[in-house]
Amino acid sequence: MTIGVSASRLAAALATFAASCAAAAAGDGIVIGDLDDLSGTYADVQGAGGVEAIKMAIADFGGTVLGKKISVLVADHQNKPDVGASKFREWSDQSGLNMLIGGSNTGVSIAMAKVAAAKKVPFFAIGAGGASLTNEDCTAYTVHYVYDTTALANGTASTIVKSGGKTWFYLTADYAFGTQLQTAASKVVEANGGKNLGAVRAPLGASDFSSFLLQAQGSGAAVLGLANAGADFSNSLKAANEFGLTKTMKPAALLVFISNIHGLGLQTAQGLYLTTGWYWDLNDDTRAFAKRFFEKMKAEPTMDHAGAYSATMTYLKAVKAVGSTDPDKIMSELKKTKINDMFTKGGYVRADGVMVHTMYVMQVKSPQESKYPWDYYKVVKLMNGEEAFGPITGACALAPK
Amino acid sequence: MTHVFGIPVAVILGQLMLGLVNGAFYAMLSLGLAVIFGLMGVVNFAHGAFYTLGAFAALLGLQWFGVNYWAALVLAPLVVGILGVVTERLLLRHVYKLDPLYGLLLTFGLALAVEGTLNQLFGSSGQSYPVPKALQGTMNLGFMILPIYRAWVILASLTICLGTWFLIERTRLGATLRAATENAPLLQAFGVNVPLLVAATYGGGVALAALAGVLAAPVIQVTPQMGSSLVTVVFAVVVIGGMGSILGSIVSGLTLGIIEGLTKVVYPEASNIVVFVIMALVLILRPAGLFGKE
Repeated sequence: MTIGVSASRLAAALATFAASCAAAAAGDGIVIGDLDDLSGTYADVQGAGGVEAIKMAIADFGGTVLGKKISVLVADHQNKPDVGASKFREWSDQSGLNMLIGGSNTGVSIAMAKVAAAKKVPFFAIGAGGASLTNEDCTAYTVHYVYDTTALANGTASTIVKSGGKTWFYLTADYAFGTQLQTAASKVVEANGGKNLGAVRAPLGASDFSSFLLQAQGSGAAVLGLANAGADFSNSLKAANEFGLTKTMKPAALLVFISNIHGLGLQTAQGLYLTTGWYWDLNDDTRAFAKRFFEKMKAEPTMDHAGAYSATMTYLKAVKAVGSTDPDKIMSELKKTKINDMFTKGGYVRADGVMVHTMYVMQVKSPQESKYPWDYYKVVKLMNGEEAFGPITGACALAPK
Repeated sequence: MTHVFGIPVAVILGQLMLGLVNGAFYAMLSLGLAVIFGLMGVVNFAHGAFYTLGAFAALLGLQWFGVNYWAALVLAPLVVGILGVVTERLLLRHVYKLDPLYGLLLTFGLALAVEGTLNQLFGSSGQSYPVPKALQGTMNLGFMILPIYRAWVILASLTICLGTWFLIERTRLGATLRAATENAPLLQAFGVNVPLLVAATYGGGVALAALAGVLAAPVIQVTPQMGSSLVTVVFAVVVIGGMGSILGSIVSGLTLGIIEGLTKVVYPEASNIVVFVIMALVLILRPAGLFGKE
């Protein structure tokens, strides 16, 4: 992928330049960093909208905390772990970084979590899904904020197995996130009396999914578990429709953002079950945030956008509460205070770093059911935080079972 | 059911068919690259971007002006082709005398600019282009269910590839084009407008890419990244076929599509590198490519 790689390299160079300017201007203020996929396949999920959400939160907070100006650093991690980690380290060493918001991509986030631990910088993982971030890869400074693979599987997989979809075959993105998602879903399927018939691992960003789908069709499974995201998800669902697979198999989307549904259209996506940590049209608070976001970005916010806003707010509130940016004091404040805002009511950060909050199992509306623009989901089930994120597994040394 | 190496024959036939569909795209894209390289000596890294632009032209034509699929098959390549001619006249022609690296850098930069702009304007999630009514539905081939649209892609691309080959290898216009590559000053002395010929060649080459983009639009999500994820493979196809060889790019495009399809059955994880492994082998054993002239 030479082109894509170098495209993002250029974007990163520009972002670095912009960032160093911002840092120079910040002086001894409070510095919040945002490392995300800004130019690749996940750019819509958080990307520029995520940066906007962070800025909205800072503005809503008043622009200063403890009498210091709050500034933002932004860079493209290009979906590459080494780029994300080295940028994080650089900001921490040279720009006085106080907190990092991490965007899409589990692989990159695992690498960034290691830096968070070494540099003692609170790290809010927003767009990454892999539950390993709060298990074997957990650190004392990681907060996994919006969703994880455990919650996605507990939502979508258990709902579908209980409604009769007993046999599963997975189309899995061949990297950390995809395999973790498949493992989590497989466990839920088995625990609910279902059976896993097999899986095929497709390279990330494959240009055609029909061959893989043909293998899924051959498996005889009732459910097609899509353990992928972004364009991979869109292209595999489109091909499943095209090849008539959706007549014999029920597609189960294990991670979908509203931007994906918007891109696919309801005609293709209707009936799909999915799990989300937030939806713009849940209540007056969410709609109010969405309205402001829409004015800036011309799109309704995804759960990651809302999460980036909420995480920034939560961090700034903690700084104000403890009266310092000392990372250890902040982390202990974060782990004892409930979060109440438009993203969650009564959410809390557990010892292993999971931000436990309500998750929603949704079904995509048909074109007839959708009454206004972006009216895409109906709530099938509300899962309280404990049910969604499950018990502490013991894999994280900070949180023994 | 009969098996070959433990794999049911029906599965192999199905994958061969799908490989042929993907190969059809490789063939069309590498064909344009081969034409441009063969006649101009430019390694056109912007080829993927023009493919993306073709798909976007079809999509926006439909959304803004109600241009249907069949009209888009003609109009999108035309618009993108003109854009290609303009690009050649304004930018590319200045680098011919320089090291080939400059042409590569220029077209590469163009590709980044196009992808970035589309990302900014339309977002990375992309949009869906509907399959035209006449080509909706599926047909049962006995060993697999094939969507009619995919069959159409094979048919259309083979026609286009053979048409291009015929145009370049068997017509007077093609002869003039080939003469221009052999000895441009001499041809110019005979009264042929060589710069125009070169601009038209580049326009024609990228129009082929745009046409592939229109053909791809109904089957994949139309996103700014669609070109860059494909173009690297296509470059490998061109290298395997032999830089500049028209027939080589068609044959190796289709063949590699099929090989890739079979890899997806045997070892799916390797399906995105198998083409590059073959490229490495070809470069070691036959550096000029399978159909290239030493």
